[in-house]
Amino acid sequence: MEDINKSGGSVEEATEAIVISRQKDDKANTRLALKMLWVVAGSLLFAFALVPLYDVFCDLTGLNGKTENSAATLAKAKVDTSRMVTVQFVAAVMPGLGWNFYPKQNAITLHPGQIETVIFEAKNITSEIVAGHAIPSVTPGKASIYLKKIECFCFVNQGLKPGETKEMPLRFFIDPALPKDVKEMTLSYSFFKAVKN
Amino acid sequence: MSTVTVAHHEEHHDHPTGIMRWLTTTNHKDIGTMYLTFSLIMFLVGGSMILGIRAELFKPGLQLMNPDFFNQLIGIHALIMIFAALMPAATGFANWMIPLQIGAPDMALPRLNNWGFWLLPPAAILLTLPFTLALFGIGDGALATGWTFYPPLSLQGGIGVDFAIFSVHLLGISSVMGSINIIVTLFNMRAPGMTLMKMPMFAWGWLITAFLLVATIPVLAGAVTMLLTDRHFGTHFFDAAGGGDPILFQHLFWFFGHPEVYILLLPVWGFIPQILQTFSRKPMYGYKAQVYSLWAIGALSVVVWAHHFFTAGMPVPALLYFMYSTMAISLPLAVLFFCWIKTMWRGSMSFETPMLFAVGWIILFGIGGLTGLVLADVAADAQYHNSYFVVAHFHYTLFAGGIMGIMAGVYYWLPKMTGHMYSEKLGKLHFWLTAISFNLTFIPQFFLGLAGMPRRIPDYALQFAEFNMISSIAAFVLGLSQLLFVYNIVSCIKGGKKATDKVWEGAEGLEWTLSSPPPYHSFTDQPVVK
Repeated sequence: MEDINKSGGSVEEATEAIVISRQKDDKANTRLALKMLWVVAGSLLFAFALVPLYDVFCDLTGLNGKTENSAATLAKAKVDTSRMVTVQFVAAVMPGLGWNFYPKQNAITLHPGQIETVIFEAKNITSEIVAGHAIPSVTPGKASIYLKKIECFCFVNQGLKPGETKEMPLRFFIDPALPKDVKEMTLSYSFFKAVKN
Repeated sequence: MSTVTVAHHEEHHDHPTGIMRWLTTTNHKDIGTMYLTFSLIMFLVGGSMILGIRAELFKPGLQLMNPDFFNQLIGIHALIMIFAALMPAATGFANWMIPLQIGAPDMALPRLNNWGFWLLPPAAILLTLPFTLALFGIGDGALATGWTFYPPLSLQGGIGVDFAIFSVHLLGISSVMGSINIIVTLFNMRAPGMTLMKMPMFAWGWLITAFLLVATIPVLAGAVTMLLTDRHFGTHFFDAAGGGDPILFQHLFWFFGHPEVYILLLPVWGFIPQILQTFSRKPMYGYKAQVYSLWAIGALSVVVWAHHFFTAGMPVPALLYFMYSTMAISLPLAVLFFCWIKTMWRGSMSFETPMLFAVGWIILFGIGGLTGLVLADVAADAQYHNSYFVVAHFHYTLFAGGIMGIMAGVYYWLPKMTGHMYSEKLGKLHFWLTAISFNLTFIPQFFLGLAGMPRRIPDYALQFAEFNMISSIAAFVLGLSQLLFVYNIVSCIKGGKKATDKVWEGAEGLEWTLSSPPPYHSFTDQPVVK
């Protein structure tokens, strides 16, 4: 105990010395604390910056399986008859949308470069006019950038009257640059209730 | 001595008493005590929630609660245990012990310290209030998504999600404040002669924890804020219908969530070696190696996050990267384990309660670490993901590695904080009951997971019945044993054998040079470290 608190002078002197050194410390403390606040602000900014960064990263890598959301120009690419690729179709309706939705054929086998049309069918089973929007996703992710759509119902919102059934076409081809090891891919559409803009 | 007592009395005159003392206090010991008390209360609250879960899982079928209430209990249990029990316990120790260990009169930013604590009770109320509101027909109960807030489920949930989001905001601000305070204290307030590489290991553990908190908590705050704006203000960060991506949330969440694991554990890795050293009566082995390992783990922890959602779909190179980087963490961790064991090696060991907890902790935390390696394996993870294997794994790391470590710290420092010895007999009984019932609770869950029982589901197939029954019974023993812990702490605060200043024969460090309990204002004259 003694060696920690050995103080020569009076209590007042000691207290005063403490007060002065405290004031000096306080400034340094505030400075460092403010620097730390910059770190906090930086990482908060980083969190929001990750949103566009993630999109860019996914566009480049196809990480999240998103396909291009606009029509591909009709490529003059030659049909690669040396191999076949199977594309499977999956359809889902998300909660909040009272539709039936399914592809008329479950899979198609085609040559890369060959243009094909597949029909999906949607039916509004509610008694209201509803608009839906289909969100595509391709598995495996790395194949997503090679699936080129010429025409797709997923490009725009689709409206259905009560009880109406509509055939929705998808015209697409597979880019012949598709890596050789991809022999099969799945194209999935999830129909969401259209978002009001 | 005279200076200390005089200063003590002087301050005491203008000090509020009663409830105002605790509301307005800027004293690090008072604030530390409040953190630890809050943590203990929330530990019991979170524990009773999980006993409700285990009661429901005692038999297959639905007996006690509807699935929605079950989902609310698991999510709130996790949030309470992580943010309101484990983190405040570590912050409580930091407040109490870091100034004493580094020879500082108080924390660097005492007012901030007070704010930091008083954000916690409102946060805890926000988390649990929806349960009560639901009883009065307002809303449909608490957050029911599990603690991870994954969209789209969290976008569809009721007001419980909003309450939880605001609660996370408050908890986050609180722990960022606490962390800034600790960083500033450790950099500016060390006694003369105490270089960074002479700091006690607990201070090192907390320094790295504090940096991790400052860097990652804002990312969580950002992510849940995006969730909030998605829910109410028409943004589409995570809503696929509007062009967002739900997987993005998983990246943001686990960018915080994985470092969080080490945030919970690093303070414990700090004081456990000090306990081992005390009761082995020889110097800590490999101080430098331990400090560097702590840094290495802290750095690695922010680059491995995606191993929490291997099954969400990732390109193979990404899977491999996250697998190998995750496994790489086991290397510095192995260095730590080696140092802990070597600290005990050929020491003259004695097994008081803190040492029992510390040694038991090494073994049980070791199991947690090894099962983590199994989960890090991409090929194996596809099988184990979202199964009870994961539940058992993270309870070995967070209950054994976190809470039992904290208990070791409580028994180690309680005589110093209260000035009384706790009951060694009850302490040892508490250890054995806890260790045995903990294993009986979670070993069956490893097998349940391997057999394919999914987590977060209130019902299960008949073949899982026996192991679930064992697990539930053991969980109740585990829960009730904690009442011994509470009793022991309360009776130690009230009285008991006087503790000496040094308390433990082999104890070393500045905190043991002060009286037990230490004076209200300690180190008014700075000690000098040679």
